[in-house]
Amino acid sequence: MLDDFLVRAALAGVGLALAAGPLGCFVVWRRMAYFGDATAHAAILGVALALAFSVSIFTGTLGVALLMALTVSTLVGRGWAIDTTLGVLAHSALAFGLIAISFVHGVRVDLEAYLFGDILAVTRSDLVFIWVGAALVLGLLCWRWSALLTATLSEDLAQASGVNPARERLVLTLALALVVAVAIKVVGALLIAAMLIIPAAAARGISRTPEAMAAAAIGVGALAALGGLYASLRFDTPAGPSIVAAASACFAVSVLLATLRRRG
Amino acid sequence: MSLIAAENLSVRFGGATVLEQVNLSIAPGEIVTLVGPNGSGKSTLLRALLGIVAPSAGQVTRKPGLRIGYVPQKLYIDQGLPMPVRRFLSLPHRRKPAEMAAALARVGMAGSEARGMSDLSGGQFQRVLLARALLMTPEILILDEATQGLDQPGEASFYRLIEEVRHDLGCAVLMVSHDLHVVMAASDRVICLNGHVCCEGTPHVVSNAPEYRALFGLGTQGALALYQHRHDHDHSHDLGHGHDPAHPHHLHDELHGAHNHAG
Repeated sequence: MLDDFLVRAALAGVGLALAAGPLGCFVVWRRMAYFGDATAHAAILGVALALAFSVSIFTGTLGVALLMALTVSTLVGRGWAIDTTLGVLAHSALAFGLIAISFVHGVRVDLEAYLFGDILAVTRSDLVFIWVGAALVLGLLCWRWSALLTATLSEDLAQASGVNPARERLVLTLALALVVAVAIKVVGALLIAAMLIIPAAAARGISRTPEAMAAAAIGVGALAALGGLYASLRFDTPAGPSIVAAASACFAVSVLLATLRRRG
Repeated sequence: MSLIAAENLSVRFGGATVLEQVNLSIAPGEIVTLVGPNGSGKSTLLRALLGIVAPSAGQVTRKPGLRIGYVPQKLYIDQGLPMPVRRFLSLPHRRKPAEMAAALARVGMAGSEARGMSDLSGGQFQRVLLARALLMTPEILILDEATQGLDQPGEASFYRLIEEVRHDLGCAVLMVSHDLHVVMAASDRVICLNGHVCCEGTPHVVSNAPEYRALFGLGTQGALALYQHRHDHDHSHDLGHGHDPAHPHHLHDELHGAHNHAG
């Protein structure tokens, strides 16, 4: 018999996988891994601001993550070197976030919960946020799927086919900010990028079309969430890192399967 | 009415002027080749015509609802993205299997729907890109150095294919080339670009223009390999040979031409 908090945790993990799987595929295809990191790290600053101004954590992280994602895509669009820009912004946001949190008085701030997630403490209202956010991301990606895929292949090709690549970039930016806000409670700011990239990377070896890869990434993400929670319960390990570790195990199995198939 | 026209088009990136006062207009069914040295703004002009680059001055007008079949210079598909040919042809507009099969057959790639794009050779990849452009039922095909990375027979057969396709569809063709002799044979009009339009006209006129010679020189391979294009000869007969333009028969013409130029 599952305890209630475990059911909520499992639902939160599966909700995150629904959004992070397909979005993570775009992060892999477009080589935006560091972009995901920068946005996720900015979420810590969002937490600090939310606590300081007494707004919900979800609103704070969503706002700052969106601001960060827009800033990065604007700067890169103007020709700034992407690697350096992201390196500067990601770590600055994290550092300022950590400093800002240390200034927040009167509230007991469990910093670790925001850095590594606190999935076992997910409340009913958290669940509503997670599932509404995930549904929004999934809906957005499904709606724009073909255009997003074309713009991912080549922005010039997209433009010539009547797809506006700048608009599709904005769609992904928005989806990324939403996923960060959804995921901070589940795996924490430091491991959000892992939940985007590892399930997608694991799905690559077993998929022959982009759509199959997105679906497989959802499957791997959900499996990792459930497996990680189980391991966390069984071996008394921290939940967020256990989920990411389970995703890594899935990746290793997928690589092994792909290698065996190639040999066989 | 022209399909695409540029009027006094200038493009600047930062402080550098890439294109200055370019006037260009493509009529339906016309084959136009853009030539010019590296950095002459050929690709920028194409991108401005496609609406990818915004003009700094002047304007670009496209016929409303113009259907463009665009074949990019090269397309890099990330290894992490599984992309079968079938799926690629359906981007961004969904195509029926029969349509796709016909387009693939047209470019000599029949039955390759299930193959992965990243498993194709350079020539096969370009053919699939062309098939995708054909599925747009284009009024104009725009090709940006589409044969880069192909060997000479591959390049020649790709250009032959474009001529055949154009013959079937009756669409206009605008292509960029750094490789003069293959392209010129098929072109109605050649535009020599170097930041501005240096000279334009039939292949023969351009190859004899002093501006063109100043850019490409006389003794270069490009000039040596020229063979003259006559508008009165029969294209379909030419294609009926089924052999390569690099065949000795043509080579003779080329050498003859070169001799004339030198003399």
